[in-house]
Amino acid sequence: MKTFLSFIHKEFRHILRDRRTMLILLGMPIAQILLFGFAISTEVKNSRVAVLDPSADVATRRIVERLDASAYFEVAHRVDCMEQVDELFRRGEIALAVVFSPYFASELQHTGEARLQLIADGTEPNQAQMVAGYAAQVVQQALPRGERQGVTACVRYLFNPQAKSAFNFVPGVMGMILLLICAMMTSVSIVREKELGSMEVLLASPMPPLGIVLAKAVPYFVLSGVNLATILLLSRYVLGVPVQGSLALLSGISLLYILLSLSLGLLISNVVRSQMAAVLVSGMGLIMPTIILSGLMFPIESMPEVLQYLSGIVPARWYISAVRKVMIEGVEMFHVWREICVLAGMTVVLLTTSIVTFNKRL
Amino acid sequence: MVRVSFSELAKSYGSQQALKGVSLTVGAGELFGIIGPDGAGKTTLLRILASLLLPDSGSAQVCGYDVVRQYGEVRRRLGYMPGCFSLYQDLTVEENLQFFARLFGTTVQRNYDLIADIYGQLAPFKDRRAGKLSGGMKQKLALCCALVHRPEVLLLDEPTTGVDAVSRQEFWQMLDRITAQGITVVASTPYMDEAARCHRIALMQSGRFLLVDEPHQVAASFPFVMWGVRAAAMHRLLNDVRSLQGVQSAYSFGDSLHVTFAPSCGPGQLRSHLAQCGHTEVEIARVPPGVEDVFIYLDYEG
Repeated sequence: MKTFLSFIHKEFRHILRDRRTMLILLGMPIAQILLFGFAISTEVKNSRVAVLDPSADVATRRIVERLDASAYFEVAHRVDCMEQVDELFRRGEIALAVVFSPYFASELQHTGEARLQLIADGTEPNQAQMVAGYAAQVVQQALPRGERQGVTACVRYLFNPQAKSAFNFVPGVMGMILLLICAMMTSVSIVREKELGSMEVLLASPMPPLGIVLAKAVPYFVLSGVNLATILLLSRYVLGVPVQGSLALLSGISLLYILLSLSLGLLISNVVRSQMAAVLVSGMGLIMPTIILSGLMFPIESMPEVLQYLSGIVPARWYISAVRKVMIEGVEMFHVWREICVLAGMTVVLLTTSIVTFNKRL
Repeated sequence: MVRVSFSELAKSYGSQQALKGVSLTVGAGELFGIIGPDGAGKTTLLRILASLLLPDSGSAQVCGYDVVRQYGEVRRRLGYMPGCFSLYQDLTVEENLQFFARLFGTTVQRNYDLIADIYGQLAPFKDRRAGKLSGGMKQKLALCCALVHRPEVLLLDEPTTGVDAVSRQEFWQMLDRITAQGITVVASTPYMDEAARCHRIALMQSGRFLLVDEPHQVAASFPFVMWGVRAAAMHRLLNDVRSLQGVQSAYSFGDSLHVTFAPSCGPGQLRSHLAQCGHTEVEIARVPPGVEDVFIYLDYEG
């Protein structure tokens, strides 16, 4: 244990002495949180829609049919009350809900005015605005020219009433930063020992090989914790994005994700032999898919089907999704069990693989 | 007491055979030198002994433990200093030493007597980062780090490569003191002149031991009389010497040529041949053959 602690002590010295790298590691989340989140273009395609139609008349039916027929929407659920709408949103099954007022057609006929509400999932504000805009247009076109003036579509962004885009990218940045620090930095620091030749000495020592690697991982684990705290504090006090759900649940999921990233880093360091290769593999192999496929920039729903399946193997996708739900929608653990299971499963597989493939010789 | 032994060790990297079946035993307190040029297989051999590489065939024991099956026991008793090892550049001298002591579950204080006279030279720089030390100092620190847990066997891979002559001298003196304490040292080196410093040496070339013996016995095994030849015009001397029938071998060695003759020939013929070629200040004298002469001879024979 003493040996292990002194090893960790040594790793901290390496990190603390390399001021430039440390500044980057600690400064990166701050810079990203503050700079990110400007217009990210999204495309709407086959968004799932729930319809609450207490009126069920000619006009509403025509609007619903028109929505379903358009390439942008697919009417997936018909519900009877607002509670069901909320529930569907929480489960992430729909991107939009259309709620008609009772007696929609007769109001339209008699007073010349009728109201319907479009509710979009505000956790992805860019997407939500787009969806709501498209839906409003479809609704207008579904009505005869003379009646268009009378219908007001009232848009509401669920979970994120002001459609703040910060709500969207904070979980994304968390997913990326933690991956970057855990996977990339851990693999680089292990491979550096290989390059220096000190790995030979470490391996030829009585310290168990796994201990060597664990000792390397601990400082980055701590650093990730610091970054996590920085991000949460910044988003709360600078961007005004509070943590709606349980902080403990959020931290638990984050720890799981950190562990997963560390396993990835270890796996990379088992395979490559130079720091350059470690950077390339973690950069191209991890960071790129994370940016593109995790839902951080482009909504998964509007990806081609193949890419949607592919995004399933990107750990950050599940993490970001879980963080969105817990942090912004404030859901209970029950609603993120799928994400937790996937992350836990991935961690077990990656950790086992990396331990099995760890070379106790050169 | 046998500390290190191996028999018929072989190892290939793809089609490249690095070791072609080498065998040896080294006793307690022995200073054993593996002498050979780059690419002879020295590093591969030491890595196998350090349990860092698996041999393709053959077996090796360190302190009686098999390096493949009982590598844990081996690693507890071993000090290893790899050739490219440059310590942790960003840690200070003291931090490096402390780290390696802890790595082996001991403290610098407990074994200070063993490294005292080496570390004594480093002590003035103990707060300096290892990256800012000179080459010789680095090697001394690396030696301290490999010794700080009082290993039974110390494996050194080219410890004096890239170190100045004075530091090399000092380094070998340290190894003498270490072996006097009963620690077995196996060191590899490409420098033939360091062979004399070892108790026994193995001449290594292309994955084979050409010869294993005490250094003076190795030198004495040279089967011919060796002549040192000098002249005023050294640069064309070699070609002129080689042009004489009956000169068996001739090559530059330091500031003279080392020459051997076939039985039919001798220094007299060479002197007159060189005079004919217009050489002046010709000196021909018997010189004792060295380890390098033996190596060149054996390598040529092989």
